[in-house]
Amino acid sequence: MKYIVTIGLETHVQLKTKSKMFCGCANTFAAEPNTLVCPICLGYPGALPAMNREAVKLTVIAGLMLGCEISRYSKFDRKNYFYPDAAKNYQISQLDMPLCRGGGVEIQVPGGSKRINLNRIHLEEDVAKSVHHARSSGVDFNRSGMALMEIVSEPEINSVQEAIAYMRALRQILVYADVSDCNLEEGNMRSDVNISIRPENTTELGTKVELKNMNSFRHIQDALTFEIERQKAALSTGGRVVQETRRWDLDLGETISMRTKEDAQDYRYFPEPDLPPVVFTDDLLDGWRKELPELPEHKRVRFTTDYGLPEYDAEVLCAQLPVANFFEEAVECGAQPKNASNWIMTDVLRLLGQTELEISDTPLSSAAFASLLKLVDDKVINMPVAKELIAELFEKGGDPAVIVKERGLLQVSDASAIEGFAREAVEKNPKVVEDFKGGKKAALQFLVGQVMKLSRGKANPKMAAEVIQEIISEG
Amino acid sequence: MSLDISEMTLSAAMDGLAQKDFSSVELVNAVRDAIAEKDENIGAYLAFDADTILQDASEADALRAKGDERCLLGIPIALKDLFNVEGQPCTCASKMLENYIAPFDATVISKIKAAGAFPAGRLNMDELAIGTTTENSAFKLTKNPVAPDRVPGGSSGGSAAAVAGGMALASLATDSGGSIRLPASYCGCVGFKPSYGRVSRYGVAPYASSLDQVGTMTKTVEDAAILLSAIAGCDQRDQTTHNVPVPDYREMLAGSSLEGLRIGVPREYFVDGVDSEVLDSVRAAIDKFAKAGAHVEEMSLPHTEYAISAYYICSTAEASSNLARLDGVRYGKRSVTDDRGDLNDMYFTSRTEGLGPDVKRRIIFGTFVLSSGRYEEYYVRALKVRTLVKQDFNEAFKKFDVLMTPVTAGVAHKFGETQNDPLKATLNDMFLAPVNMAGICGISIPCGKSSEGLPVGMQIIGPSFGEVTLLRAADACEKELGL
Repeated sequence: MKYIVTIGLETHVQLKTKSKMFCGCANTFAAEPNTLVCPICLGYPGALPAMNREAVKLTVIAGLMLGCEISRYSKFDRKNYFYPDAAKNYQISQLDMPLCRGGGVEIQVPGGSKRINLNRIHLEEDVAKSVHHARSSGVDFNRSGMALMEIVSEPEINSVQEAIAYMRALRQILVYADVSDCNLEEGNMRSDVNISIRPENTTELGTKVELKNMNSFRHIQDALTFEIERQKAALSTGGRVVQETRRWDLDLGETISMRTKEDAQDYRYFPEPDLPPVVFTDDLLDGWRKELPELPEHKRVRFTTDYGLPEYDAEVLCAQLPVANFFEEAVECGAQPKNASNWIMTDVLRLLGQTELEISDTPLSSAAFASLLKLVDDKVINMPVAKELIAELFEKGGDPAVIVKERGLLQVSDASAIEGFAREAVEKNPKVVEDFKGGKKAALQFLVGQVMKLSRGKANPKMAAEVIQEIISEG
Repeated sequence: MSLDISEMTLSAAMDGLAQKDFSSVELVNAVRDAIAEKDENIGAYLAFDADTILQDASEADALRAKGDERCLLGIPIALKDLFNVEGQPCTCASKMLENYIAPFDATVISKIKAAGAFPAGRLNMDELAIGTTTENSAFKLTKNPVAPDRVPGGSSGGSAAAVAGGMALASLATDSGGSIRLPASYCGCVGFKPSYGRVSRYGVAPYASSLDQVGTMTKTVEDAAILLSAIAGCDQRDQTTHNVPVPDYREMLAGSSLEGLRIGVPREYFVDGVDSEVLDSVRAAIDKFAKAGAHVEEMSLPHTEYAISAYYICSTAEASSNLARLDGVRYGKRSVTDDRGDLNDMYFTSRTEGLGPDVKRRIIFGTFVLSSGRYEEYYVRALKVRTLVKQDFNEAFKKFDVLMTPVTAGVAHKFGETQNDPLKATLNDMFLAPVNMAGICGISIPCGKSSEGLPVGMQIIGPSFGEVTLLRAADACEKELGL
């Protein structure tokens, strides 16, 4: 029997605010445990939450970028449960009046694109981090109270590939919106994934299983693939799927049951009495709308029209906002757009792929990059030298014009100097010369290579080929 | 002859200090002597750290010598034991917080310090502000200074007993459903609950967030006005406070008069079950005001009878959530469980041992009304009632400047009697909690004595942020009554 897969995601995104959601503690990753805490995020008696307006704004910006409707009136609620990760034994969240409703994300699927609609985006505080040891547990409250946005999709995702495409597209937009670093390893973006399957030709959704706290594309892919197979196996052998929460066990490569619906918690939500409702005026929202950053799809179109780039180039460059920015800056510094695009798509992205860094975090500046391209264009250096140089700039930075001068890497375009190297190459390789005369074109490339070697890479290869041919024909 | 503070008002103490009749150190020593002399029998104080307080006093004296003239400079203020003061215990009269040391100052503490005053002693209360007699304190019994076989009222029983008993010039307390006004009426002092949002709650251990408000316990209305000017105002740390200017409330009392004051008398507050002595006393007072030129008119607050049920639901719901943080994980009592115990055992044992029976009852009740399947039936309906109660008052204040009612159904009763008369217990809250539900302001002032010589109080209710109107009316009434 064939099955239809239905997936919905609840994605938690840590917002890029200076301070936490309800107190002045720094919103920083990887500090010593329990150093970024205060009476508010530790839940001391009498401490009260004070709303971080920046977090509200960033959530609304994300909502606007995702095409959501922004609620003119929304409020916070308390979600009550006992666990040491909740400093107050309740979490401040939003139940029935979230900041944003609706919206959607376009994803690429085989044969076109598909829109995944969003249900809502709400704002809440993150909980602390529990660390379990052999005979005890610890709680690190640095994360307690960090601003967390929850983006809830409609259950409109029908495959593992679509789920991954959704996550990637969402992440791209949020990075463009500059509301979060969306760094999966730092836990900036974590998803709870709801998944069910039903036999083809039926309409009623199957029993859903929730996979908790998935924080990497890889894990989501593996866990969903496993889970679909597990549910298929259950149904096709006459069994049933139990409504439950499961987690992905990395070591076992399986999903493991955490709790079933029977012991689901009653969170006893009620309106947070310590915080006033959030009310927006049209003026305020219009102001924010005007400040909105460009959407990735707009940037892609603009790159083809403004810079005359092929769609493929635009797609590759815009995939990462810092790369797109790097490209635009380089063009501003005088680089020819298509040339810059070629260099970025090949050398820069290759170098970047060998690191964990964003282009903006490497020593290679867009100005240096543009200047390097100009040196090649002006035939001051040749291509092999340029390729070596860019790797060096990427690693150490510096001004290419200065480096070229200091190291004497200037391209040798002096015919007499090249002639010397060419004669040497021809004399030392009579067999190859014969091959060339016999019509073997590749033989010429070999000889040019010899000239490059003798000139320690500085010869102008085009001139070298001409000179070699002249010598041979004189012959 | 050493200084006697038993009858001394805050205002008199301020004058005495300003005129250098006595120093702040002498004042604090007088407070200390009064406590030493009387508190063994009354039990108002949980702590009085004389060394620290005297040091604050001597610093204030030094500042005055240098020309510092801040209005409250050198004034010791006693505190209900739920205000966080950095470095001091803040037990809330609960075993749960017996060893808790506050790591920060509540906003009202920063404010009184900025005005030159300093915290002076921690006062007994019902555990976590839950109760109406102060019998729920986990640590000691507080007796009514007027009649030591009777309760002082609660939850701010220590605050009222200290002021009425001549052991404090004034104290700060909180009122979520009458916790200031009731003990003030039982002990015979002035208990004032400002409008919700007038005074910051930051750093004040909560009972029910949407109802809690910081207020004052004083000997006179004027003293209440003085303290309100010091503690009121918008606070970024409490976003339920409002940005409304804070006048000098004492100055605003000038020329207070009953002439032309429009007084509403809600008939739902003068009902069967209220002691006739209380009714007579309050009515007699109102008659006096009418004779002095006030327009008195009977009127109706039609939703009064539902207000109390709604109050129990709202307050316990919020309390069940607010008190959840007392779990022994980060601070407070953590009961040792054996090695086999898991997390739930730790929660269970700590809270079982750390919290008293009344606190547990309210937590259970509040948890129930918020639980799935009950929420609509209880909590949502209570919120609707709350809106109606608010509307009742809004309508009333279109026509009246203030409303006048009894504070409680009876005078201070003997220890252990609360459970015997549930109707009376309900009536006690019934006159007070609606004011909190509506977020408006109210004050309890003494208006007479029962045949046994016990104080009777009357409540004056004013509109939201109508503190000037309320305090002027109360000041005029106080003068008219001449008590």
